[in-house]
Amino acid sequence: MPSRIQQQARQDTMLLNMGPSHPAMHGTIRVMLELDGERILNSEVEVGYLHRGFEKTCEHRTYFSLLPYTDRLNYVSPLINNLGYVMTVEKLLGVEVPERAQYIRVLMSELSRISDHLTCLAAMAMECGAFTAFLYKMKAREFLWDVIEQTSGARMTTSYIRIGGVRADLHPDFDSVLKKAVEETRLVLKDVHGLLDKNKIFLNRTRDVGVMSQEDAVAFGWTGPCLRSTGVSYDVRKAHPYLVYDRLKWEVPLGERGDNFDRYLVRMKEMEQSLRIIEQAAVRIPKSSRAFIAEGLSPGQAIQESRRQRVRKDIALSPNLEGSEEARYPDILASDKGFVVPPKEETYTTIEGLINHFKFFMRGHGLRPPKGEAYFAVEGGNGELGFYIVSDGTDRPYRLHLRAPCFHIVSALEQLIRGRYVADVIPTFGSMNMIGGELDR
Amino acid sequence: MEEETILERLRKEFPAGVKEVLTSLGDEVAVIDKEALLPIATFLRDGPGEFKMLLDLTCVDYPGREPRFEMVVHLFSLSRNRRLRIKTGIDESDLRIASLTSLWKNADWLEREVFDLFGVRFEGHPDLRRIFMYDGFEGHPLRKDYPLRRRQPLIPLKE
Repeated sequence: MPSRIQQQARQDTMLLNMGPSHPAMHGTIRVMLELDGERILNSEVEVGYLHRGFEKTCEHRTYFSLLPYTDRLNYVSPLINNLGYVMTVEKLLGVEVPERAQYIRVLMSELSRISDHLTCLAAMAMECGAFTAFLYKMKAREFLWDVIEQTSGARMTTSYIRIGGVRADLHPDFDSVLKKAVEETRLVLKDVHGLLDKNKIFLNRTRDVGVMSQEDAVAFGWTGPCLRSTGVSYDVRKAHPYLVYDRLKWEVPLGERGDNFDRYLVRMKEMEQSLRIIEQAAVRIPKSSRAFIAEGLSPGQAIQESRRQRVRKDIALSPNLEGSEEARYPDILASDKGFVVPPKEETYTTIEGLINHFKFFMRGHGLRPPKGEAYFAVEGGNGELGFYIVSDGTDRPYRLHLRAPCFHIVSALEQLIRGRYVADVIPTFGSMNMIGGELDR
Repeated sequence: MEEETILERLRKEFPAGVKEVLTSLGDEVAVIDKEALLPIATFLRDGPGEFKMLLDLTCVDYPGREPRFEMVVHLFSLSRNRRLRIKTGIDESDLRIASLTSLWKNADWLEREVFDLFGVRFEGHPDLRRIFMYDGFEGHPLRKDYPLRRRQPLIPLKE
């Protein structure tokens, strides 16, 4: 079936496909252009190449086991997706999260936000020909991901933030690695400012290109840095504070013109604010009540001993994710046993732990939020990342819907490139930070 | 209380259209009549509530219940910093509902998504086509009676 643009195109114009697999389109999206020479008369954006039925799949998974799917939504900032989902379920359940876990969540989501913005701007700069800026930003991103990997055990598909808290406590060396990452990121931001802010080539391609008015941005449902670049001050972290964001000092950077350059600048300034948040949170985070256990029985020895008697000694496991975490659970996970996975050392060495474990994972048991529905939103890398969950009282969501911020942003692409040149598509699209996993779900 | 007045006001303006107003887990909800969707949405956008932003539009399928589908709209007011949820039922026998594209621009894609995944037909939508699935796809995947593992590859898979 011919698409709208094919039916409506004038006889003397040319139709050109950009994508779905185009080297300058990061992510699979197809933009059909109706061209008069280099000028775009009309366009049609086609999405859905990465649709994998996320919402349908979630209806068939338990509340606990669908968490890894949320990693794969916005794969550049998976921790924020985890957080959005988890906090919606917590709203349904009414779980209280310990303060230390809340600070860890803030730290992790701000690290993710920086890596999200870095990735977006790196790709955008590279597509405009600034390859050095791309490499610098990728370098900074590596330092941030080192911090995340050290604690969560994975770089991208973390599944680290869990219902009731977080999976594991921070790594013992967290502070020093974080300090290095923050320092390096600051240096990179300074370098990138120097490289791009007054760069004639970059300015020509971004200044007054892809201009969005305030009214249109709101009418299109834009949120996040893209909305703020038009001068509307809306940040979910300020407007509806969650976790401990209201206790920290930071600002919401705003743009003026709503063009590509403002979207670049707002993201750059937001990263500086995120670094501020990280530094404050790292100082104010309540200390863990117990030190990391480096010495103790090995897991094998513990299981051997549990066959004869209850194990009373500490069990030393690997530092991340498989550590002897039981003693630290009160700091990082909700106290209600029904909501959290029992500690592994208990599962393997005591019968009660084993029963708890089975009760948690058995079909029809485990997490069963009461009947009802909830909408909760966090500030994702691209804007308001909202989850709408309908619970029917069973152990799997009746309906789970994701409000993907870049779905709304990309829907405005047709309007932004109308009347511009083909070359303007690239920076405009780049500054939107389209993420296929989140857009197509 | 300010948020009460929005719901109360809505009730006063549309005594026939608003079936129920309630607060669920801290979210304000208004259950409305399908026919009243467009006037109520217009009132919410341009009226005192100033709900200038359409946050989200989706649907929930309840097979065996009358009406079978429930459309859920989330609105946001920047000036009042309030969210509002509007719910309206859609019968399986009459899947038509007024389109919100004249009020909010992002309703275009959101309604295409609901049409694609649930089969709800939006009256007055300029270009109601599938958005995620391809042309020629059979059925609507987010309906509860669509099997999870049903495959409809566009290109035949190798044996």
